[in-house]
Amino acid sequence: MSEQITGAKSLVLSLEAAGVTDVFGIPGGAILPLYDPLMDSKQIRHILVRHEQGAGHAAEGYAAASGRVGVCMATSGPGATNLVTPIADAHMDSVPMVAITGQVASSSIGTDAFQEADIRGITMPITKHSFLVTNPDEIPRAIAEAFHIASTGRPGPVLVDVSKDALQALTDFNWPTSIDLPGYHPVTRPHAKQVREAARLIVESKQPVLYVGGGVIRANASAALLRLAEVTGIPVVTTLMARGAFPDSHKQHLGMPGMHGSVAAVGALQKSDLLITLGARFDDRVTGKLSTFAPNAQIIHADIDPAEIGKNRFVDVPIVGDLSEIIPDLVAAVEAEYALNNRGDYEGWWSQLDHILQTYPVGYDFPTDGTLSPQFVIERLGIISGEGSVFTSGVGQHQMWAAQYIKYNKPNTWLNSGGLGTMGYAVPAAMGAKVAVPDKTVWAIDGDGCFQMTNQELATCTINDIPIKVAVINNNSLGMVRQWQTLFYNERYSHTNLHSDRIPDFVKLADAYGCHGLRCESQDQVDATIEKAMSLNDAPVVIDFVVHKDAMVWPMVAAGSSNDEIQYARSIAPEWGGEE
Amino acid sequence: MSRHTLSVLVQDQPGVLARVASLFSRRGFNIESLAVGPTEVPDVSRMTIVVNVEGAPLEQVTKQLNKLINVLKIVELDPTAGVSREIMLVKVKADVESRSRVIEVVQLFKAKVVDVAPEALTIEITGNPEKLTDFLKVMEPFGIKELVKSGMVAIGRGSRSISDRSTRPAEKQGERTA
Repeated sequence: MSEQITGAKSLVLSLEAAGVTDVFGIPGGAILPLYDPLMDSKQIRHILVRHEQGAGHAAEGYAAASGRVGVCMATSGPGATNLVTPIADAHMDSVPMVAITGQVASSSIGTDAFQEADIRGITMPITKHSFLVTNPDEIPRAIAEAFHIASTGRPGPVLVDVSKDALQALTDFNWPTSIDLPGYHPVTRPHAKQVREAARLIVESKQPVLYVGGGVIRANASAALLRLAEVTGIPVVTTLMARGAFPDSHKQHLGMPGMHGSVAAVGALQKSDLLITLGARFDDRVTGKLSTFAPNAQIIHADIDPAEIGKNRFVDVPIVGDLSEIIPDLVAAVEAEYALNNRGDYEGWWSQLDHILQTYPVGYDFPTDGTLSPQFVIERLGIISGEGSVFTSGVGQHQMWAAQYIKYNKPNTWLNSGGLGTMGYAVPAAMGAKVAVPDKTVWAIDGDGCFQMTNQELATCTINDIPIKVAVINNNSLGMVRQWQTLFYNERYSHTNLHSDRIPDFVKLADAYGCHGLRCESQDQVDATIEKAMSLNDAPVVIDFVVHKDAMVWPMVAAGSSNDEIQYARSIAPEWGGEE
Repeated sequence: MSRHTLSVLVQDQPGVLARVASLFSRRGFNIESLAVGPTEVPDVSRMTIVVNVEGAPLEQVTKQLNKLINVLKIVELDPTAGVSREIMLVKVKADVESRSRVIEVVQLFKAKVVDVAPEALTIEITGNPEKLTDFLKVMEPFGIKELVKSGMVAIGRGSRSISDRSTRPAEKQGERTA
């Protein structure tokens, strides 16, 4: 028999066996026993963050940039509750993540002990699964199952809460050789009959659209999607979560659909007779008023999660499975139809769409008062930093502009909080992404509001040599909320002025954190400032882009409105044309 | 709205009842009754859940339930092909004058007197929900002092067993919307 070890050591060995190389976390009372053996691990780099929320978003950014499971760690009580937001975020955006939390000793559970919180109970509705481990012998199995569940099927966050006494007690380390979860068997192989039925609809349709969601990225199915699009010649739209799943440079790409989507993408969905939905979930920000969404379209819906099918929209052909298997099967089935001379004719459809594309390109006006255009800044960032870069964003106007004006041609290069809409995601997510893909340039495009929620992680970045670049699109306000106040609340700007022009001074703040701080206030400095930032790689860089505060995100479908009521710019409704 | 009975096989693990109950509440469903207990398979429990919903939302909640890792199998019981029972204990006012009339009703319903006190009788009755409702209607004039119901349990008729099938995992999520 081998020598007995502590539960804590067993947990470290388990993480190593699961292939973990990077962990983001903060120690505290209940999880202290774990941090002792963690110090000796040669395989695991633990990055000490400044706030547990930062650890959680870093794990998300790490996972989203690399496809590997992100790991975060916190102590009991407040440490664990600070992970709640990133866990909810990962759940909404299907991010593979394992959160490990310390828990008070099992004898104290339920007594309102110091730093006790029922984190498993709190996170039950926002995790894919969770474990409370009080027996040290169960640690390896819980960790193995957690990583298996987080990374397979529809990915998601899994919480492993371990009591302090389980970490301290002696145990034997036995890494399970197989996973036995009788209630968990995600379907990956699609039904051949359903795939054939989908192919038949595709060749019969006149106005089809490939409605592509983030599932394509999570399934690593971008190459397969490109093939499907090119074999069929069908136009493609990529949702906020799917930016990069299909090259923006491709001539079949109509852009992003949804509340701030391109007129072409929104119009194509509305006029379509067949939506080929791949890893998307008919989110309200895409459909607008659901009852008027794509009213004439039949729906093919392919997803790994059976519960997504039919959740919001009636589905004509459901396909449950892994998109990396479904899409190639679909290509083969379509080609089989072609061999029988059944081929879709989309020429008339394309001429309608080309007309919309040319009439309503995504674009912006420059401010007339000489202040800096935020859209221009973001567009230049994308061009200068180039295709190999990874971009994260916070939530709000800058997020929408970053989705609209940066050209994404590869998956896993655009990371954002799409479902939960978590302000403060950008900086820690960029930190996690930079750890996962250190050779890539990683930009956090942040707002001045978002940036102030999580910028403490700049300290973590500087100290741990994680040279991210941050572009603060500083419009002095909570810009998206202000935009709604402009449009829907009679320009009454209740509590949206952040006064970020005065406080804090972002350049000084950057300096205080050991980062390079740059400021840019006029259009002629934009390129030079970005190029300067690109040349600085010895520490994180923060650029304070002081921009026009009245710039708005267009096009826009107002919340609760039909997509048919999209406005190209304020009070300008597009002429769809070609309505027969 | 219509009434549906779901039989849910779950792994007998801590927290599983909370997971199921919280899922119903999060998706906005009211549970009419829920009964849970062990089965013929060790470590597998069975929940009988009665809900009042439309067909489409029921399908959604069933799919969401299926995603819970500890849920092994869900079957909606067809009321015409199953047996459903509740147990009820009722304390009815019964003094010297009314006692014999109360006992008469107990006998008519094949119920059982389980406790006798000078002013009351405690009665045990088992049956489908309709039978229990009818029984209460007849007892009401005497005066009901207290009652408790178990929640419904149900099982399909015939020789097939729900737990046999649950050991073939492919069926769990292989169910697709047609």
